[in-house]
Order: sequence, then C-alpha cells, then structure tokens
Amino acid sequence: MSNASFIFPHPHLLGIEGLSRPDIEGLLALAEEEIVLNRQIEKKKSSLRGRTMINLFFENSTRTQASFELAGKRLGADVMNMSVSNSSVKKGETLIDTAITLNAMRPDLIIVRHHAAGAVHLLARKVDCSVINAGDGAHEHPTQALLDALTIRRNKGTIEGLTVAICGDIAHSRVARSNIICLQALGARVRICGPITLLPKGVERYGVEVFTDMRKALKGADIVMMLRLQRERMNGAFVPSMQEYFHYYGLDREKLALAKPDALVMHPGPMNRGVEIASDVADGAQSLIREQVEMGVAVRMAVLEALARRLPNG
Amino acid sequence: MMPGSELPPTLFANAQLVDPVAGTITQGGVLVENGLIADLGPHLSASAVRGGTKIEDCRGLVIIPGLVDLRAFIGEPGEEHRETFRSASEAAAAGGVTTIVMQPNTSPVIDDPAVVDFVLRRARDTGLVNIHPAAALTKGTAGKEMTEFGLLKAAGAVAVTDGDKPVRNAQVMRRALSYAGMIGIPVIHHVEDLDLAGEGVMNEGEFATRLGLPGVPHAAETIMLERDIRLVKLTGGRYHAGLISCRESLDVLRRAKEEGLPVTAGVSINHLTLNETDIGGYRTFLKLSPPLRSEEERLALVEAVASGLIDVIVSDHNPQDVEQKRLPFAEAAPGAIGLETMLSAGLRLVNAGLISLPRLIRAMSSGPASVLGLKAGTLAKGAPADLAILDLDEPWFVDAPQLRSLSKNTPFDEAKLTGRVKMTMVAGKIVHSYR
Repeated sequence: MSNASFIFPHPHLLGIEGLSRPDIEGLLALAEEEIVLNRQIEKKKSSLRGRTMINLFFENSTRTQASFELAGKRLGADVMNMSVSNSSVKKGETLIDTAITLNAMRPDLIIVRHHAAGAVHLLARKVDCSVINAGDGAHEHPTQALLDALTIRRNKGTIEGLTVAICGDIAHSRVARSNIICLQALGARVRICGPITLLPKGVERYGVEVFTDMRKALKGADIVMMLRLQRERMNGAFVPSMQEYFHYYGLDREKLALAKPDALVMHPGPMNRGVEIASDVADGAQSLIREQVEMGVAVRMAVLEALARRLPNG
Repeated sequence: MMPGSELPPTLFANAQLVDPVAGTITQGGVLVENGLIADLGPHLSASAVRGGTKIEDCRGLVIIPGLVDLRAFIGEPGEEHRETFRSASEAAAAGGVTTIVMQPNTSPVIDDPAVVDFVLRRARDTGLVNIHPAAALTKGTAGKEMTEFGLLKAAGAVAVTDGDKPVRNAQVMRRALSYAGMIGIPVIHHVEDLDLAGEGVMNEGEFATRLGLPGVPHAAETIMLERDIRLVKLTGGRYHAGLISCRESLDVLRRAKEEGLPVTAGVSINHLTLNETDIGGYRTFLKLSPPLRSEEERLALVEAVASGLIDVIVSDHNPQDVEQKRLPFAEAAPGAIGLETMLSAGLRLVNAGLISLPRLIRAMSSGPASVLGLKAGTLAKGAPADLAILDLDEPWFVDAPQLRSLSKNTPFDEAKLTGRVKMTMVAGKIVHSYR
C-alpha cells in the first residue's frame, strides 16, 4: 500500500484501543516518510497549510507540547498553544465551555492533554474538528505508543514476536495502557512489572504476563520499557521510599544484564535518574531514549496528516 | 379520571391484587371510600357493592400497594433547581411511589427539629405523596456530634442517617446506635470506608483499569458493614444498611440476621438492573456511590432480594443538574434519578424470571415500611388508599426530557421497559393518571 493512499478510518485519535493493525501500520509507514523529511535541511511540507491547530494542555508538558507544535509547524499549520495557566478554566469555565468556545474559532485540529481519564472523549463529542489525545489521566496516550512502536520497529526490524517488559508505575500510567494495546496488536508479547501497589486490578485481563520481580520480568526481554514514577508516590503512599524503589525496580546495569544481550531500553520521559533508571543505562549504548524523542515528532506529523486528509476539503 | 380529583366511592373491579406480605396475586376488587380501602378481595364484584358506587373495570391490570422509597434525595430546601417536593412527588406518583423517605443532605441539613417541621409543612402543602424526612445522624452530617434524636423523632423524623455520608468514627457510631436504640429510632448508614474508597470512582477491576479510572474495592463496603454489625451487637441499636452492592456484604448480612441482630439492608434499583460495563465510554449518569459492580455481583443481589436477605429496594433518587454531570467521569457528581423508573426497571427482573412480582413489590412496599415502622405498603382493609394500578404488558421507551424530575440524570435514558403505572392514588386521591 502506498502511503499517499492511506486512509485513516477515524475522525479522531482518542486512543490505541479501537485501532486495527492496518490503522497502526499505516500511521507508522507515514511516519517513516516524515523521518526522512525531518532529517533534511528543508523540513517543511504544506500538507497542513491553511489549517489551524490548537494545543490545548490542561496539564503541563513541555516535551509533548513542543513535539506536537513542531510537528504542526513542519506540516505548515498555524499552531496556537493554550495552557491551563493562562486559560479561563482557572476562572471556573468548564471543559465543555472551553471546547465550545474553541470550536467556534473553527480550528481544524485540537490536541488535548487533560488530567482526567475520558476528558478528551468528552471534548471530542462537542467539537467539529479532529481531536488528538495527548494524554488523558491514566487512560491513554496514543501518540506515545505509536512513537514507541516506530522506535522499536526501526531498531528490531519488526515487533512481531518480541518480548517487551514494561516496568514501573503501571497503575497510574496511560503510557503503559496505550503501549500494551499497541504492542499486542503488532504481535509482541507484553510483560508488565512493578510493585504490587502500582499494578492495577484486573490488568492480567489484557493478556499480559504480570511480574512483581523485575529480575524475572527482564529475563529474555528484547525491550525494557521503563515508566516514570512520580515523587509523591514514593513517600510511603505506594512504595516505602525512593531508595527501596530503586533497589527493586530501578533499571541498572546489573538488572539489564538479565535481558537479552541486544535488549534495548526505552523511557517516555521525563526521567527520574537514580529512581527508575540509572544514568549510565539511560545514556548507555542500549538506550533508545533520545531516538524516541525524534520519532515523537515524526509520529505526530503522521497522525496530523492522516487526520487532516479526512477533514473537509482535505 | 383526572389527577387530583376527589373520588366518589369507587370499586376497582376485576383486577389482579398483589399482596406483598402473603406473596400472592389474586383476582378481585378494591373498594375505595373516603380515602380509605373500605374493602378488598375476590368477593368484590360490581354486583357486590351498593348502588351509587362507581365501577372501574381493571381487567388485565394489576393493583399494588403504593410503593415506599426509603432513599430519595430532594433538593428542597436549598437546591430547588435540582428537585422540589412538587417535582419529586410528581416523579414518584408517575412511578407508583406513594411514600418517600427523603435524605437529610439538604441545605440546611435536616439536623434540627425546626427543619423537620419546615420540611413536613412544605411537603404537605406542595407535595402529592407522603414525604417523611430522615434526619441527620450527626450535626451537619459532619460525622462528629449526635443530633437530637428524641426531639427529631418527636418532630416527625422517621430515621436518622447521614444520607450519602458514612460515619468514619466508630466511637461516634457506637454512641449513636446506643442512643438511637434507647429513643427507638432506626439508624440508616451509608456503608463505605472512605479511606479504602479513596479516589475511586467506579468498581475496582478490569473495567476501571481499562478506562484508567481509580477503583473502589468491595472491601470498602464490607469492612464498614462488618464494623457496624459489631457495634449493633454491642449496643442493640436498630440498624439498616442503606445500600449493599457486593456478595461479601451479603455474607456479612446473612450472618448478622442468623444471629438475630436487628439488622436490615437495602439495595438500589440501579445495582439490580445495571452493571459496571454500562458505564461504557465514561457515561457519568452511571456514576454512582457505591459504584455499579460486575454482572456476578448484580445477579447475587437479585437473588438476595428474591430470598428476602435484602429487605428493601430503593430508587436512590439523586437529582443532579447538567453542570454536575457534564464533566470528566472522575469529576462528575455521583447519583441518578430513579423515582419514576424504579418499578418499571424492577419489572425487568420479573420478566426475566429472576424474581416473583409479589417479592419485587414487597421489597418496594411492605418491606421498607416495616423497616421504619411506617403504616404503609400494604393493601389492607381500613388502610389509607395508597395504591397503584399497573399494566404489566405495556411497553414504553424512557425519554429523559419527558421525565418529571427537574433533573434528567437517568441511567435508563432510551431504555425500553415493559410495564407501566396507569394510575397512582394517595389517600384515595388520584395523583397520577396515564392513559
């Protein structure tokens, strides 16, 4: 299938759940083209020329917001950033009022990050444009899963048959949920690992292997994907201390040695060095962490382009 | 017959009469005179009554005692945009409910005899059905200091409860149960351990995990119920668990009843007819407290009503305006309206063969009445003519804007239901009539 004819069959990208394998592979193929573009001196395309894209971030995120902004600009869109600190939400305006107000300005694409699961779905029902979920509570973060899949595929050739261990705070992680669904759809075997207090109930129903012993979880893994643990969860609320967490669940060279010799290490960022990942591992030869950031821009460009093709006059 | 009309002596003839206490359905008539049930039974036919009696042929219809709903939230006083006595009683009447026990979570809280008095007067002047206030168990429902149980009871409160708030402090609960036992007023409790429930907004498990929402474990309910039962044992106070939602709680309840403790329990119509998967894509109208559980729990609850282990079905009518519901799931207010749909939704269980009609009606009429010692909920000679006439076969479609409640947060929007109230009567006065 040529990428030019790829039709993404959904009006929004609200999650990985509900996407088919061809949907995901179509987006990844489109992203491959964007990588080529992004490595040229002339990094601009005009596929979103004339389009208005709004970054609506109810939760602070320098990285994801910057990644989307750059993706939009490279495709020629007019990009507006709105963050909660300078929006009327602080004055009591509801999410729906914000959606209706922004919708009246006739944007073509809205990128939304919100601290509440389901908030992006709620907003998508109230607007006429395409909506991309840039993270909703502990629910989904689909572009992160897509960029992770792209990164793995480029380094391993395929995702089919790989063993991927996702480690850390699974309970509060939208990255984990999107990645579980995405990697399984692409044929990977997914393991999850974390302290029992950070494993959500019923997670085994995803069809993943569940571990509390990181050494067992890493044994024979092709990919080790670490998750961020927020500091406020380490003070005795979910785990006793940062020190104890790092001891059992921090990725250091010794634990990484249990994975396959050619295992690769990933992290969605921002990292807590010395908490979930040792610095030498994060910066080491097996780390894909910087490449993930590059793939992030490409994948977001692909998603924007795929959705824009569906827009009126697209 | 028009709503509100005073009836001449009237015989409702050829009906199926449901006796929730005996558990029977018999063919017969009900004679209503001067606001009372003058007589009833199989012997009452058109030829058996004296001349001048109006005859209403109820062939194919069912007559049940007016329903008694132990748990409804009304916005009056303080939040009349959510619900008033008038709108709540219109919804109740349309649903065959003739007695409502309103929860004290109003503004101001019903924690003072003067507020009880105000509520009773307003309800009498503007309501269509019998409205009894449950008074707060603790001042301001803050869970700290007991209210004046004796004076509240004397003013007309039928129970003490903090409504949708649990009493966290076991010492407060112990003393309240002791003192309420002495006064002779039942204590109704929302069995939820707030620490265990934490930030949870739906049933803990696979579905919550998939939706990325924090869950409420079963234990949050069962632990509180177990605590309460130990305190009942200690004090002998009359205790009713407001809402039960899971099997573990049923086991605790069964043991308490086997020990002969003065314990009863209720379940909401929502937990009998819906489960957690109905939340689907974050439907906030299905956000409830306790949360909807799994299908296995639902079936266990239905069985417990059928066996009589659960005494009471409530509507848990909780009107919330749009602004409290059009929010991300975790931020939306819990609660659903239910007065108007409780009976029809309950008939789903009858139609599915899970429970008999008299048993369903019992849990909605004589069962709740006996929990609080109310004189209501039975078809009996000499009793006030509080009754409803149903067509069990009539299909209807729930259209939220058409419901009578001022708030439209029904979990049954667009549901197809079978069985509908044709007429409701309170003390011989028609308060609802649907043709």
